[in-house]
Amino acid sequence: MRTVRIENEEAMVMFGAALAACLTGQTSVHIAGPLGAGKTTLCRGIIRAMGHQGAVKSPTFTLVEPYEINGRHVFHFDLYRLNDPRELEYIGVDEYFGEESFCLVEWPERAAGQLPPQDVDIQIDIVGQMRDLHISANSLHGERICQQLEQD
Amino acid sequence: MRVLGIETSCDETGVAIYDEHQGIIANLLYSQIELHREFGGVVPELASRDHIRKTLPMIDEALLASGSKPEDIHAIAYTAGPGLVGALLVGASIAKSLALAWNIPSLGIHHMEGHLLAALLTDNPPDYPFVALLVSGGHTQLMACHEPENYDLLGESQDDAAGEAFDKVARMLGLPYPGGPAIADLATEGKAARFSFPRPMTSKPGLDFSFSGLKTFTLNTIASLKVLSQQDKADIAVAFQEAVVDTIRIKCERALAATGMNSLVIAGGVSANVALRESLNHLSARLHCQVFYPDFRLCTDNGAMIAFAGYHRLSKGHREDLAINVKPRWPMVEL
Repeated sequence: MRTVRIENEEAMVMFGAALAACLTGQTSVHIAGPLGAGKTTLCRGIIRAMGHQGAVKSPTFTLVEPYEINGRHVFHFDLYRLNDPRELEYIGVDEYFGEESFCLVEWPERAAGQLPPQDVDIQIDIVGQMRDLHISANSLHGERICQQLEQD
Repeated sequence: MRVLGIETSCDETGVAIYDEHQGIIANLLYSQIELHREFGGVVPELASRDHIRKTLPMIDEALLASGSKPEDIHAIAYTAGPGLVGALLVGASIAKSLALAWNIPSLGIHHMEGHLLAALLTDNPPDYPFVALLVSGGHTQLMACHEPENYDLLGESQDDAAGEAFDKVARMLGLPYPGGPAIADLATEGKAARFSFPRPMTSKPGLDFSFSGLKTFTLNTIASLKVLSQQDKADIAVAFQEAVVDTIRIKCERALAATGMNSLVIAGGVSANVALRESLNHLSARLHCQVFYPDFRLCTDNGAMIAFAGYHRLSKGHREDLAINVKPRWPMVEL
């Protein structure tokens, strides 16, 4: 577990960019934290740094926003509105967590373990105007990502 | 000609029938219908987005409600995107299967074009061209509608939709879902002058929106107060609502100026907000333009707008084969 102190929105976007540089191959990242913690801002930093031009809209209503970035499938989930983990089946969640796809999941706790296992967990805590990011690996692939992040 | 419309792009299951002479003759939303008949023996609590089990019984219900037989239906329209792939595939598969069985054409409709065209489903429809503002829990977009099938995106939210901001701020204030009506109610007791909320993305030119910062501003405002009294909540509610309404009004005014159009159509669930309507009515009086609000039943996701859009496209000769294709990501400019 590693903790990073984020001073402001700009720093959150920059951290997202640093994380994006460490992400290769099929990867799933879970991002937890309360309303207004900056989960979508972090995702915006990651998705923009991967090469997406344009808005990174909140997927709260749509539940998932798909992107195709340089031939890579990127899916930005927001499970805030999920009432029951079984609803994931009706979303067609298996269609998304395929080979070589990159999935970012906000509010992963709403899935209650019904998603394929994640590689990296990020918990965001609100500390006044600042944010603490607690990052931990949940797979071998996740450990490699965290090690590379440490080196950069 | 009668067109059956099926909407399953996200949460809502909507089934409707449009008749070219009589207009909408059936319009069912799963969340609102009283089930007159049982679904397979029981009246179950079906989960959100369980479109598979809802759609067919609703088609039966729509036929019954409108006194139509399958042979009275001349075409089937369904939402082909944008939306959730699993949800879209249900509507598309049912539409294509019925089209094959009934030997009639089927047509995939863009969800947002459905919302736009719903504005024409009134006794007093706007004439083209017009500016359309779609403002709901999922969307905040301004579009220039030059003529049927010719639309330009003028601007949209770069992060949260306006309705989503209402819902999330309501949650922070401990108010119930949906947040829009709850905040609007509480705002009537608030003192508008106490807090000054920002009007995001209004100081620079442009027609895009951003509402995520208002969420953070609310969070910081709440944190700055040690105890949150009922009056504090009301004061925050009114300041937040004014910030959203002002921002939308400023962008609408800019869109009308930028396009030189003088009709504004407002659709989406947030269009029910009284403060927004008052503000836009003032704007229209000041600019000598007209503001149109579609029937509220047609503002939120529904099957009627899909049936109506399908009728439009079919009358223009659009057809498609029986291959099942959906487009979860489908920019409107590709229409």
